[in-house]
Amino acid sequence: MNFTFNRKRICGLLAMVPAHERSFLEEMRNFNFPESRSLKLKEVMGYDKHRIVEPGVCVSDLAVFGLEHLFRNGLLQRDEIDALILITQSPDYFMPATSNVIQGRLGLKHDMLCLDISQGCAGFVIGLMQAFLLLEQESIKKVVLINADVLSRKTSARDRNSYPLVGDAASITIVERDGEDSIIHANLKMDGSRNDALIIPAGGFRTPSTPATAVLEDVGDNNLRAKDHLKMDGSAVFNFVQVDVPPLIENLLARAGVSMDSVDYFLFHQPNRFMLQKLADKMKVPYAKMPSNIVEHFGNSSGVTIPLAIAFNLADHLKHESYHVCLAGFGVGLTWCSMLMRLGKLNFCELINYP
Amino acid sequence: MKTIIEILKEIRPEFDFTVSRDFIADGMLDSFDVVTLVAALDKQYGISINGTDIVPENFKNVEAIEALLRKSGARP
Repeated sequence: MNFTFNRKRICGLLAMVPAHERSFLEEMRNFNFPESRSLKLKEVMGYDKHRIVEPGVCVSDLAVFGLEHLFRNGLLQRDEIDALILITQSPDYFMPATSNVIQGRLGLKHDMLCLDISQGCAGFVIGLMQAFLLLEQESIKKVVLINADVLSRKTSARDRNSYPLVGDAASITIVERDGEDSIIHANLKMDGSRNDALIIPAGGFRTPSTPATAVLEDVGDNNLRAKDHLKMDGSAVFNFVQVDVPPLIENLLARAGVSMDSVDYFLFHQPNRFMLQKLADKMKVPYAKMPSNIVEHFGNSSGVTIPLAIAFNLADHLKHESYHVCLAGFGVGLTWCSMLMRLGKLNFCELINYP
Repeated sequence: MKTIIEILKEIRPEFDFTVSRDFIADGMLDSFDVVTLVAALDKQYGISINGTDIVPENFKNVEAIEALLRKSGARP
């Protein structure tokens, strides 16, 4: 499915990571696995450090902290938020929507739209699409897009497939109309028949959490995981990314009439270094144009890895420069989507610690 | 230059890779070992094995790995 937007822009971006840093070397002993093999994986996958929230910290805590930072520093005014979109897979509650919780905690105006969307690694691109669509309404002049997840709280610390790479983080992206023509191309595909490739099997209404769903089970490869935990079929996800993402990007660039060489940066979701570099090789994109350093510094924070990569790698440049960027997100659903846009001349672009 | 068997032995020193016809089915390589193996082969042969070729059947024995290397432009 193809989309085209005009006269929309990102005008500011703030990324937040928990101050609490864990290291793979410290955690290796949790895995029922020889140290030498873990060290090889560290090198190949880029496992090193990741940021994990302290017990009890929720998505709304990160979001409120970030928005208060923007209010306090005069980078955003409370009353100018016409829509607040939250993309998360780890809401504070089943109900109400966490975007409403954030609105209430901050005392934001009532004349606004709050919207939660359940999306993961494709969540930044999906959120931008939703923001652009809302900005077609005269009454909506500024959209606050929040991507946030605290999935470490749903990941088994004894699961070597998932825990070393998971990271908690949040980002706040301010989206508004652009006074000049600025065509943005995007495309999107979804395949719900593969929805079990990334899933938390228990805890919803289908399989409510019970003492039995909290019991750690041997799930093979020396990994222990409960049904309450995130389950990732790594091989299926890897294959999905290598097969389905390159044609999506080719289609996007062809439709926009843009060559691969003219794109300054390919800012893709970062599941792990190996998967991303294989994708870069397949697409013949130089590694320097496709940053893959987020997992090693912060972990994979699903929908936040793209804005985090922007804030971590390009913050200083984006205040004055403007780049032609190709964004791509891929993951839970399964969902894969991409977007081609100009990014730059931002009012702010910053990475801060929580708290 | 290391042989494929030597590279395999570095990854899983506890196994004798000369006696198995299917490293995956015999539990000698798991999915993460395959990732480690691909990285080692890429480095050793100066290639990049195509991501879509990283499937278990291409790593089940030495002959399959040799065929994959040839397909990837290497001369095992």
